Amino acid sequence: MSGFTNTLLSGDGPRSRVLTALLAVIVGVLALAPFLFDGAQAINTAAKICVFIVLAASYDLLLGYTGIVSFAHTMFFGIGAYGVGLAFHFWGPTWTAGLAGLGIALTAGLILALAIGFVSLRVKAIFYAMITLAVASAFAILAGQLSDFTGGEDGRSFRVPELLRPTTMLFQMPLTGMSVTGRIATYYLIALAAAAIFLGALRIVNSPFGRVLQAIRENEFRAGALGFDVVAYRTIGNCLAAAMAVLAGALYALWLRYVGPDTTLSFAIMLDILLMVVIGGMGTLYGSVIGATIFILAQSYLQKLMVIASSAFKGVPLLPDIFHPDRWLLWLGVLFVLSVYFFPTGLVGTLRARAALQKD
Amino acid sequence: MTPVLETRDLTIRFGGHVAVDGVSCAFNKGTLTAIVGPNGAGKTTYFNLISGQLPASAGTVQLDGVDISRDTPAARARRGIGRAFQITSLFSNLTALENVRLAVQARRRAAMPAGPRRTLSEIVTRWDSDPSLQARARDYLADVNLVAKADTPVAALPHGDKRKLEVALMMALEPHVFMFDEPTAGMSIDEVPVVLDLIHKLKARGNATILLVEHKMDVVRSLADRIIVLHNGRLAADGLPAVVIASPVVQEAYLGTRSRAGRKGGAHA
Ligand SMILES: Nc1ncnc2c1ncn2[C@@H]1O[C@H](COP(=O)(O)OP(=O)(O)O)[C@@H](O)[C@H]1O
Ligand SMILES: [Mg+2]
Repeated sequence: MSGFTNTLLSGDGPRSRVLTALLAVIVGVLALAPFLFDGAQAINTAAKICVFIVLAASYDLLLGYTGIVSFAHTMFFGIGAYGVGLAFHFWGPTWTAGLAGLGIALTAGLILALAIGFVSLRVKAIFYAMITLAVASAFAILAGQLSDFTGGEDGRSFRVPELLRPTTMLFQMPLTGMSVTGRIATYYLIALAAAAIFLGALRIVNSPFGRVLQAIRENEFRAGALGFDVVAYRTIGNCLAAAMAVLAGALYALWLRYVGPDTTLSFAIMLDILLMVVIGGMGTLYGSVIGATIFILAQSYLQKLMVIASSAFKGVPLLPDIFHPDRWLLWLGVLFVLSVYFFPTGLVGTLRARAALQKD
Repeated sequence: MTPVLETRDLTIRFGGHVAVDGVSCAFNKGTLTAIVGPNGAGKTTYFNLISGQLPASAGTVQLDGVDISRDTPAARARRGIGRAFQITSLFSNLTALENVRLAVQARRRAAMPAGPRRTLSEIVTRWDSDPSLQARARDYLADVNLVAKADTPVAALPHGDKRKLEVALMMALEPHVFMFDEPTAGMSIDEVPVVLDLIHKLKARGNATILLVEHKMDVVRSLADRIIVLHNGRLAADGLPAVVIASPVVQEAYLGTRSRAGRKGGAHA
């Protein structure tokens, strides 16, 4: 690795040629997405991948690096999305409103993360998981009930600052004549923010603090015997992960120009990010890039593939039913089981282990 | 002179079983005290009460005259109580160097004033950005002959290396009180001298307070300034090595140990 890349990645590179190539393709395609593909679905998918890379990475910080199982992660995602969304909705589509909303969301998220941490990080992992589940459910119900404020189940649509609107024409590309709109500007804002946050997370896990988190995950007893305050470290780790999830939520709201329970708070999303982290490889951060990309692609295009497959098998007994688009979740489940079976340490873990073997 | 470490009537009960029973004992700076007694006598439990892994049912632990009985294990470690565990307790998926480096880091951290600045710099700097800490960690690895395995994950190390690493972690903490719990148990014959040398050197420094649980009587004889005997959780004898080894209580508690110790001692000499 060159010195610059090494610094950028905090000395923690992919450590596998296949993984490096995969990441290069993903980053390359995401960087050029608006110019590579036509149509709304492709750029929507690309933006969603960027957001979920951040969200999954923040969850990996918790699950993979700290060994904390939390079901409240979508709550922080939701806080970020609602913070920015409601600020734009009530205070108007200005940058100040957006930043103020983000600031409030970050503060609220940190306070909640601290509170949950102080109350419950001392207890056994299973109780912690249950407490987070309860808090997250309560929060989702609250968001639904306070409909005057949050828009309830319908959520809130809002306008974004002028620069970021789809109708805003920024300039035309010199060669292709393609017009660069506010939508593309928004995409790049999200992609760059996602990259910066991801690199920040990579620094955190490779800091002295990050090594202590890993030590606590490996052997809480010995970490304590060395003089590290386990609860304090876990609480700070929890806060950092929560702040990252808040940022991911803010980016997502910015892209959707809408915020509602289904897009941010639902338990289904919680399961999605869990799957992303596990498929990609826990405790690697790069796993969240791979996991989020595979998962979102599958989510967006599996149904389409299945429509094709289903009609191709028309007349054959049973097969059209099995490939009916409504069964896509079943197939996602099959994909998940297969990936865990063949790659128990996730794709990244497996690729790294193979690379390490070849080196010896 | 206040003793560095003192236990007063230290007691722990597990249900009806009293594993450590009213042990009062003081340990002075610069001394090495060997703690002997048959398996199940309560030696490890006594250590757990001192370093805080178990809460005492009664009695106190004093460090430099301060009652630390209510402190967590982490707080006691930061105050300078170091422990090498009988049952190896390491960070398996981290490398040998990372393991020792964590102890070096813990030591440096305990010496810095707490606060947001310390926390922030801990989060945003790179783990390997301070060469002096890395070098220190390497030195401690070198002391137990493990430099060649610096980058090996601990899970892949043979048992003897893990035992040595266990000791290296405590050494890297640079505590005031060193508690070795059967440091050479499970090591092959050629590995034992590395650890014994280390304890010898530590003792020669003259400012360390060392507690050593050890079964090999020749080792005890050559290292200890004093021996205490635990038997059924009680302090059964306390005194100079020659006196304690010859005492009837040791003959009783260590049934058959005398001849074994004599043989080994002879071979050693
Ligand atoms: N956590 C515990 N719960 C119940 N009994 C324990 C516990 N720890 C130790 N003991 C008991 O205390 C006694 C002393 O054990 P230990 O201190 O390990 O002995 P030694 O180190 O001298 O061999 C043993 O009978 C052991 O079974
Ligand atoms: Mg023992």
